[in-house]
Amino acid sequence: MNAPLQIVSGFLRRLGEATLFFFAILAALPAALLRPRLIVQQLYMIGVLSLVIIVISGSFIGMVLALQGYRTLTNFGAAGSLGVLVVFSVVRELGPVVTALLFAGRAGSALAAEIGLMKATDQLAGMEMMAVDPIRRVVAPRFLAGFFAMPLLAAIFSLMAIGYGGAHLMGVIVLGVDDGAYWSQIHQSLHPHDVVESLIKSLVFGTAVNWIAVYQGYHAAPTSEGVSRATTSTVVVSSLAILALDFVLTAFMFRS
Amino acid sequence: MTSAATDDVLVRVRGLRFAFGSRRIYDGVDLDIARGKLTAILGPSGTGKTTLLRLIGGQWRPQAGTIEFDGTDVHKLPRRGLFELRKRMGLLFQQGALLTDLTVFDNVAFPLREHSGLPERLIRDIVLMKLEAVGLRGAASLYPEQISGGMARRVALARAIALEPQLVMYDEPFTGQDPISLGVLMRLIHTLNQTLGLTSIVVSHDVAEVLSIADYAYVVSGGKVQDHGTPEAIRASRSPWVQQFLQGAPDGPVPFHYPAARSYAEELGAVAS
Repeated sequence: MNAPLQIVSGFLRRLGEATLFFFAILAALPAALLRPRLIVQQLYMIGVLSLVIIVISGSFIGMVLALQGYRTLTNFGAAGSLGVLVVFSVVRELGPVVTALLFAGRAGSALAAEIGLMKATDQLAGMEMMAVDPIRRVVAPRFLAGFFAMPLLAAIFSLMAIGYGGAHLMGVIVLGVDDGAYWSQIHQSLHPHDVVESLIKSLVFGTAVNWIAVYQGYHAAPTSEGVSRATTSTVVVSSLAILALDFVLTAFMFRS
Repeated sequence: MTSAATDDVLVRVRGLRFAFGSRRIYDGVDLDIARGKLTAILGPSGTGKTTLLRLIGGQWRPQAGTIEFDGTDVHKLPRRGLFELRKRMGLLFQQGALLTDLTVFDNVAFPLREHSGLPERLIRDIVLMKLEAVGLRGAASLYPEQISGGMARRVALARAIALEPQLVMYDEPFTGQDPISLGVLMRLIHTLNQTLGLTSIVVSHDVAEVLSIADYAYVVSGGKVQDHGTPEAIRASRSPWVQQFLQGAPDGPVPFHYPAARSYAEELGAVAS
C-alpha cells in the first residue's frame, strides 16, 4: 500500500535534489567561465574523444537512410528527391537525437563514472577540505564543455550523414542519383529555421544529458556498485529524457 | 592577540553527539586538542575516529554539541566562512585522496594555485620545498597511479602542509604500510609537527606507533572517551576498554560477537526443528 507512495516520494525527493544541484551548477558557471583552460581540457575529453563514434555513426546512418529512402522514392518515381528526404530527416531529427543518444552513452557515462570515482576515492572530499568547491572546480567546467560540445557534435554528425561519407556516397555514387539534383534539392529545401530548430534541440539535449550525468556521478554511493549504478542510470535516464524532450520540442516546433 | 589565540587549546569539542541513522557514533564526547602538540585519537575500527576528523573539518554536522577551532564554532559558520577556516586546516585522507589526473607536482601545487595568488615561479619553489621535505622531489613528474601507497600519503602530506596550516589531521596514516614506509611516515609526522610548529591530530588503531610520537592521547570507544592522558598514562590505564585495546584481546568490553537478536542455541534449535 505504501510502496507506490514511497516510489513517488523518492522520485520527487531526487527531482528536488537534482533541481537544487542544477541551480548550484548555474551559480558556479561565471567562476568556471573565468578559467577557460579547464573548459578546454574537458572539451577535449568530452567532445574530441567522442568524434570517432559520431563520425562513424553519422556515415552509417546516412548510408542506411539513402538506401531506405531510395527504395521508397523509386516506387513513386521520385528518386531525385533523395536529398530532401535525407536533409530533413537528418537535420530535424536524426542529427540531434542520435548524437545525443551517442553522447549519453560515450561522454555522459564517462562523466558520471569519473565524478563518481572521484567521490569514492575521497577526491571531492579532499577538495572540500582544501577549501575548493568541487561544483565550481569539477562539475561546472564539465557541464559547460558538454553544453558547447553537443551542438558541434550534432553538426558533425549531420554533415557526415548527408555528405560524401554517408547518404551522398550511397545515393549518388552507388545508387546513381544525380549529383546536381541531390545537392540542389538540399539547397532549396533546407531553411535557416530548420538549422535553428536543430541547434535548439542539440542545446536542450546537451543540457539534459550533462545535468543527468554530473548529478548521477556527484550523488553516487561511494562504492564500486554505486559508480556502476550511476553510470547505468545516466545512460538510461538520459536516453529516456532525450526521447521525451524530442517529442515535446518537435510538437512545439510543429505547431509554431 | 585575541583571547582565542592565546588559548592553549586549538580544537575544543564539547558534548558531541553524532549518529548515522539509528547507529550512535558519539554520545557526549568532550576533548581538547592542545596547540602545537601531537594528539592521538585511538580506538577500534568502526568507532568513529574518521568521523571525528570530518566533524572537525565541518564536512559533517553533529546532532548536538559544539566543535570550536581557534575559538570559532565550526558549525555556525556560513559556507564561505567554513572554506576560509579550512585554509587553516589540512586533512590527510586514509588513501591520500590525490587528484588522479594531476601529477605529484600539480597535486601539491593545487591548493596554492587555488588560493595563494602567487606567481607560478614562486609556487614552483614552494612545491619543490614541500616535496623535498617529504623526500619526493624526484617524483614530481609522476602521476598518482605510478607511485606506491606510502608515497601517495607522503605526497598528500606535502599537499596538506602546502598552505602552512595551523592544524593537520591524519586519518589512519599507517594502515597497510610496510615497515620502511611506516617508519618514514612516523618520522615525517613527528618532525613536521616539531619544526613547523603545527598542531596535529593522528587518528589510528596502530597503538605502539602512535603512542611513540604522540604528546597526548584519547582512547575512544562505544561512543565515549574511555580514557585520555599522556602516552605513559594511557599505557598504565586501568580502564578495561583501554587494556583490551592495548593488548589486542579478542573479547572484553568490545565483544568478539556482534550482538544477535536470538541466542546461538535458539538459532540452531530453530534450524533443527
